[in-house]
Amino acid sequence: MTELNEKEIREIREFAKEIRKNIVEMIYTAKSGHPGGNLSAVEILSTLYLKCMNHFPDWDKNPQFKTRDRLILSKGHASACLYSVLAHCGYFPVEELKTFRQLGSRLQGHPSVKHLKGIEVSTGSLGQGLSIACGVALGLKLDKIDSNVFVYIGDGELQEGSVWEGVMNASHNKLDNLIAFIDKNNLQIDGKTDDIKCMTPLDSKFLSFGWDCIEIDGHNPSEIYDAVQKAKQNNKPTAIIANTVKGKGVSFMENNAGWHGKAPNKDEFALAMEELNK
Amino acid sequence: MLTNNRERKSIRAEYGKTLVELGRINPDIVVLDADLSCSTQTAMFGKEFPERFFNMGISEQDMMATAVGLSTVGKIPFASTFSMFAAGRAWDQIRNSICYPKFNVKIVATHGGITVGEDGASHQALEDISIMRSIPNMMVVVPADCAETAEVIKFAAEYKGPMYIRIARTNVPDVFDRATYKFNPTKAVIISEGMDVTLVTNGETLAEAIDCVEILKEQGVSAELIHLPVVKPLDTETLVQSAKKTKKVVTIENHSIIGGVGSAVCETLCEYAPTSVLRIGTNDEFGQSGEQRKLMEFYGLTGEKLAEKVMNFLGKK
Repeated sequence: MTELNEKEIREIREFAKEIRKNIVEMIYTAKSGHPGGNLSAVEILSTLYLKCMNHFPDWDKNPQFKTRDRLILSKGHASACLYSVLAHCGYFPVEELKTFRQLGSRLQGHPSVKHLKGIEVSTGSLGQGLSIACGVALGLKLDKIDSNVFVYIGDGELQEGSVWEGVMNASHNKLDNLIAFIDKNNLQIDGKTDDIKCMTPLDSKFLSFGWDCIEIDGHNPSEIYDAVQKAKQNNKPTAIIANTVKGKGVSFMENNAGWHGKAPNKDEFALAMEELNK
Repeated sequence: MLTNNRERKSIRAEYGKTLVELGRINPDIVVLDADLSCSTQTAMFGKEFPERFFNMGISEQDMMATAVGLSTVGKIPFASTFSMFAAGRAWDQIRNSICYPKFNVKIVATHGGITVGEDGASHQALEDISIMRSIPNMMVVVPADCAETAEVIKFAAEYKGPMYIRIARTNVPDVFDRATYKFNPTKAVIISEGMDVTLVTNGETLAEAIDCVEILKEQGVSAELIHLPVVKPLDTETLVQSAKKTKKVVTIENHSIIGGVGSAVCETLCEYAPTSVLRIGTNDEFGQSGEQRKLMEFYGLTGEKLAEKVMNFLGKK
């Protein structure tokens, strides 16, 4: 199994730094969005798109299009992070990030497959991405296409019962081509996930449902990469429980549920950018 | 187009058979069910094509979202369960994951309306047309008999986009002649022409409306009968022309009068040809247990009961 070398890790960290700045700028410009849950997803989506996924920025013009790995952003409110990653991968001009959440933009508040290439399905209403991913994984198996399906789920989102229907679906159908990231930032809009509806422990839940489970630091590119490598070799669906920090990278947003769905004001924006430019 | 042989047959069995036929010629057809495959009759497909049949268990939300995933890799998923659970339990999945992105998912919901029978109100979907019709990109079809069901299912396999197809639990009389009837998704079907009143219906109440027209004829009333298999998008032209001619419209449906055929007809007529309309269906109420035929009588949906209501509406009784 290969590992990331120092240069690759540096490359991901530099990339992630740009993504973080984009996220804060996009949300500040739009005067709305979800800074906390976007900032917790940065290293994972960056590592996936830079090092783990076989994907094509020229999208359906690429002859290999059908064999691409798929990413389904079940927590669709992390759209700013995904848009920024896609733009820096060459899916569309980075300039366009400014239009996020504006009338007529391809960058809808939550990802829409009809608006933007690179988006696989439309998400936003929580609890649906995993079952969709199961359908994609089943379809790929029917067509004997050996691609992986990644699905990105929030830890608060696990409170949606429909997620667990998908969990059963994946193990029942032996979807070893399915890898679920759980962005475990421990917070949701109204406070701590453990206070609102406690889902801890997560690993034993997934294991008892017939999944494999790997727990990692969701801000460490090496751990993210290694977990994906392991999951790809698994003969079961794999849940990668990624311990993350909501608002990661902006000190006053970190671990603060109040920054789930709020845009920074002018002073807060300046402060955040100063930190991110360091 | 019409047949005189009014033999009662199972629409659900017709659905199952048609799926198998389609499966034989199109390898992209896949079928999902939520533990009701023996009732919806998708089990027929499952028996012949086990690798393309997915029993999702009692998980309707999972079923609809899985169908979405399958459609993204080019499959043509038919997802079936009872109307109550298809439209009710999985509405958010249908709205956000199927219709918003306009994915090619076909929902074929059986056991629509009060004729579910003895199971009672919890299983009698009387609001499904209403809540499916209000979602953008959704096409809503309620076929009336076996011949039409086969045609509609074949059309669904060709059409690109989401469809909600509601079929009844009951065995229904043949209305259309299989050899000559062709389903046209853009046109309502004028079953009989008349001058005094327009009746608009679809699904299993079409056969009752045909009986109603005969009874009315005996009483000297000439009724025009329009079958509206496609509730959305609506064939406004046929409705408006008929309403302008007869100036009285009665809608008949095995569904709540709120949001279904009655509402669809009123919405379009009040815009293009304001007309006095009587809506016959369930009146903002839940259903109840009972034998199918007795329920039809209780809710006033048999030919005789319909004729009484129409005569009252016309001020002739």
